[in-house]
Amino acid sequence: MTDIPIAPAAPAAPLRRLGRFAANPLGIVAASVLALIVLASVCAPFFAPYDPNLIVLAETLQPPSATHPLGTDASGRDVLSRILWGGQVSLKAGSIMIATAIAVGVPTGLIAGYFARTFDGVASWVSNLLMSLPEILILIVVITSLGSGLAPTMITLGILASPDLFRLTRSVVINVREELYIDAAKVSGLSDTRIIFRHIVSVILGPLLVRCSFVFGLAIIVQSGLEFLGFGDPTRPSWGGMLSSAFQTIYRAPELVFAPGMAIGVSVMSLVILGAAIADSLGAERAPTARRRSTGTRRSTGTPAPGAGPGTPQEGTPQEGTPQEGTPQEGTLTTDVGQTPADALLRVENLRVTYRGEDGTSNAVVEGATLHVHRGEVLGLVGESGSGKSQTSFGILGLLPPEATLSAARITLGGESLLGRSERELQRFRGGRMAYVPQEPMSNLDPSFTIGSQLIKPMRHQLGASRAEATTRAHELLDRVGIPDPVLTMASYPHQLSGGMAQRVLIAGAVSCDPELLIADEPTTALDVTVQAEVLNLLRELQRERNMGMILVTHNFGVVADICDRVAVMQNGVIVEQRPVLELFADPHHAYTRMLLASTLENAPPRSRHGVRREVDS
Amino acid sequence: MVRFIARRLVAGVLLAFVVVTGMFFFLHLTGTDPARGALGLYATEDQVAIKSAQLGLDRPVIEQYLDWLGHAVTGDLGTSSAQSSPVIDLLVTRLPVTVSLALGAIIVAATFGVVLGVLAAVNPGRFDRALQIVMVIGFALPNFWVAIIFAIVFAVGLRWFPATGYVHLLDSPVGWLLSITLPVAALALGSIAAIAQQLRNSVINVYSQDYVRTLRSRGLPPRTILLTHVLRNASPPALTMLSLQFIAAMSGAAIIERVFGLQGIGSVAINASGNSDIQVIMGVLLFTVLLVVLVNLIVDILYGALNPKVRAA
Amino acid sequence: MTGPPPLAARDTLLTVSDLNVTYRGRGFRAPQFRALTDVSIDIGRGETVGLVGESGSGKTTLGRALLGLVPIDSGSVRFESAEIAGLSDGQRRRRSPDIQVVFQDPYSSLNPAMTVEAILSEPLTVRGVSRGHARRRVRELLDQVQLAAGAERRYPREFSGGQRQRIAIARALALEPKLIICDEPVSALDLSTQARVLDLFIEIQERTGVAYLFISHDISVVRYISHRVAVMLRGEIIESGDGESVTSSPEHDYTRRLLLASPVPDPLRQAERRARYLSLQ
Repeated sequence: MTDIPIAPAAPAAPLRRLGRFAANPLGIVAASVLALIVLASVCAPFFAPYDPNLIVLAETLQPPSATHPLGTDASGRDVLSRILWGGQVSLKAGSIMIATAIAVGVPTGLIAGYFARTFDGVASWVSNLLMSLPEILILIVVITSLGSGLAPTMITLGILASPDLFRLTRSVVINVREELYIDAAKVSGLSDTRIIFRHIVSVILGPLLVRCSFVFGLAIIVQSGLEFLGFGDPTRPSWGGMLSSAFQTIYRAPELVFAPGMAIGVSVMSLVILGAAIADSLGAERAPTARRRSTGTRRSTGTPAPGAGPGTPQEGTPQEGTPQEGTPQEGTLTTDVGQTPADALLRVENLRVTYRGEDGTSNAVVEGATLHVHRGEVLGLVGESGSGKSQTSFGILGLLPPEATLSAARITLGGESLLGRSERELQRFRGGRMAYVPQEPMSNLDPSFTIGSQLIKPMRHQLGASRAEATTRAHELLDRVGIPDPVLTMASYPHQLSGGMAQRVLIAGAVSCDPELLIADEPTTALDVTVQAEVLNLLRELQRERNMGMILVTHNFGVVADICDRVAVMQNGVIVEQRPVLELFADPHHAYTRMLLASTLENAPPRSRHGVRREVDS
Repeated sequence: MVRFIARRLVAGVLLAFVVVTGMFFFLHLTGTDPARGALGLYATEDQVAIKSAQLGLDRPVIEQYLDWLGHAVTGDLGTSSAQSSPVIDLLVTRLPVTVSLALGAIIVAATFGVVLGVLAAVNPGRFDRALQIVMVIGFALPNFWVAIIFAIVFAVGLRWFPATGYVHLLDSPVGWLLSITLPVAALALGSIAAIAQQLRNSVINVYSQDYVRTLRSRGLPPRTILLTHVLRNASPPALTMLSLQFIAAMSGAAIIERVFGLQGIGSVAINASGNSDIQVIMGVLLFTVLLVVLVNLIVDILYGALNPKVRAA
Repeated sequence: MTGPPPLAARDTLLTVSDLNVTYRGRGFRAPQFRALTDVSIDIGRGETVGLVGESGSGKTTLGRALLGLVPIDSGSVRFESAEIAGLSDGQRRRRSPDIQVVFQDPYSSLNPAMTVEAILSEPLTVRGVSRGHARRRVRELLDQVQLAAGAERRYPREFSGGQRQRIAIARALALEPKLIICDEPVSALDLSTQARVLDLFIEIQERTGVAYLFISHDISVVRYISHRVAVMLRGEIIESGDGESVTSSPEHDYTRRLLLASPVPDPLRQAERRARYLSLQ
């Protein structure tokens, strides 16, 4: 077998991060301003024009001039020199606080998150306690006992801020701990300490850096507040102290409050912006972990994968394995492109869906799909992930996210065009005339509302039913979809239902307003096979009872064979074949359809009989 | 739900107890000397010793603690060592000032924070970005500095509001409102930023949930979806933020009082610290912590009302 | 290519007898949940044993228990006639590089912050293999799973789901294990990718003689790759035996339901199966 080609190399991660960071002008400005502030404060002894504590009583409250660029204060001290020196205090204060907060919060968070035993309970309790303390009062207590030195106050503040880092670390660790790569690392023999340092610390670094920039900012603000209250060393120039003395002469020289205030504001702002910029440049790295899957299901195809675009491989593209014979350019398209029967319930002609990326690129996910559904007919829309089948159904329902654009030659439902309608007009169609059954039952019910209220509300909107009418109807529907105790279920919250029950509730909701068209997007993929058989049966019965048209989106040819009358096969945004179900299975025309059917395993010989591998590529 | 509230209440009281106990021992065991603090630097050792005996400071710390705690639960917080007046009287006159500021700030912050946060979430693009920048500025400018600027502009310059002093609500409601407007505004600014930011993020997060799309597919109007489903699911983290901001507002009020010359518990605590007046400090601490526990309890109840899973737990 | 190992003269690699696993709920007085009840199963060298069941049947728990990721209440697990059930998790992991794993989720099973080379060489370097040696071995491993040169410098997110699963297989092979626990390794993959990854599993087995415990909810996948099949229901193995007989003429009612419930890609045959399935109830 040949090696599998992979996409051209992207630059290594650190370079990429740096590149993304450099593309953010605000971040660069913030970093430069911070660097300047640090440099100015550290080098203050060398280029501050005056001794910051030099009192010249003859030159009090002077306006800015060539000799005193920022003027002088009530004691005739040079404001610029004091600002430069004052930065030292803020930097020291911030460093002490951040070091304390990290030393206290991060290790405890790691231990609490990773081992999660009694320690977690105790540490979380202490962290809640610390977060409930008003910091100024605690600082006043500490100052009463230990004096107002930088070290005791900032260490106290660091301890008070440590829950922030503790909670962040703990929650990141808990998330990462659930990742399968941690289990894989355990299985390959790594010790717990090695796993924490190698796999967990690397993940935590980014978010931690961002939080630290906030905590550092907080240190500068609170330290200035203390100085402003008079808890400070008067011989030590500081921004807060300058504000305090400027406040004494607020009627005579109000402008004196500006310089120290701006020094604090600009420093903190730069820190926060820098933190956000770092978060942005790290954000893209995190994307894959965010896509957590439940067991036994495939990826939801609601929106294209993050970063789906040029150079990002997707399943089912020719990058995987042997070259695929059936690209849409080659095989003949066995579909009536551009025309749909005039009497069809749903007519979709030349539907296109395009996503535009943040960088201005556009990514076409559906490229001219044409399909129709008659009343009482089930159309199967089959394809692999990324083929555009879900995007096609969301396009018909008008439920595409804002970053998607849709165009079509025609979309009509029962003869009425859906194109160019306002959101308000579409609402009349959605739910009332066309309805949607989603893939994942659990994530598609609002966790905070009872099942009853989620069923009743749409009926009251669409049908103008009274509460009592809607309630009775909801009972009947739940009974119809095979829920054993409708009254109890109506009062339940989604988390109290099993997946199969939740899917029945969603189907009841979809048919509650008697739609003419039902669009079911992989309605059984997340369910166990035995539940799947029952849900398919329910869908088939409801569809026949109500003579609904139905689009069933699926990747499973068994499901297609079970329930569909006609099948449309999609590949890379194009419908390559659209035919009655018996014909398609008996004699697939398009090479891609043939390849997909050949990949199904249901008819393959069991291994125990042959033990010889079947050649799929032949 | 009743059990849930009862459990939160017990947890809150326990928290207050631990904090107050910890601080009592911290103050006594780190050498804070109320007798010296009350008499000043120039008192002789003999005078200090007599005062110490008077205040009962020569007893073992544990005995002093039990004594204090026993009285505290009956509402008797002892006598100020510096001013020889009951601590409770001091708190009763000063507390309304600080509570007015903190509660006022939190109400203003919640109102504006919710509106701005939701607007930012549903208007991506320029409006959102502009708001983000305002939020960063709101966090970065120390609120006492903003208070000074407000005082310079609106009180000293425009003379719309009094620059200093607190008018009691019962004396003149209008005067009360005018006297707290500027401090509350200065105090609320940072909290507005924090709450708006938190709500914006959680609203955006909820909007991306599958069930919102399913609700839309049922034909519910966007406004209904936003105001009932999205806001309800987005509010728990914002509520947590609200209670944190209340604690921050209590802290901030202590500083801002000074700018507007208000006599709240901030100034009480600062004076008490200068005099090593442990009784007063403990009183301020106890009241503040109980207030925080109360606010956290309210937030917990709201949280439970919003989230069926929390209620069941 | 060699044929399957002679089933009759099977040389047993792993023997599990009367394994019990209980999950404790969170908190004090929380109810316990019996995840596995008296599970016994054995796996021969070079053999694939398929484990089918629906969600909550305990199939994943069994795999994790064998890997030392879940504590065992009672029962014995003998690997090459050495008892490994009594050891602590850590001890067991260190002592048995012989049992490795491939998980279902190709997104969560590879650390997004590490290059493929770092991922593949980690199990080697932790056992003291030199860097240069590890690098050569990584190249070999990628070769075995048919990934092109240059893959080792990439990050997981640059690969498709099928390619990631190949990387996960390479990681499992790094320590030359005798048994790989495959927990739904193709469930998240597309149809055509799934078939190719399954063929890779078979090809590797025929070349290296590694044994698989192949866990899946999909009876057709299990039939395709397994010599023998066991069916789980509510923490118990209710039926086991030769792959063909279990998956075509099962004895247990539940297995029959499971078999008939999974639809086949043939409208006529499926209609008939559906009728039979509905008549079972």
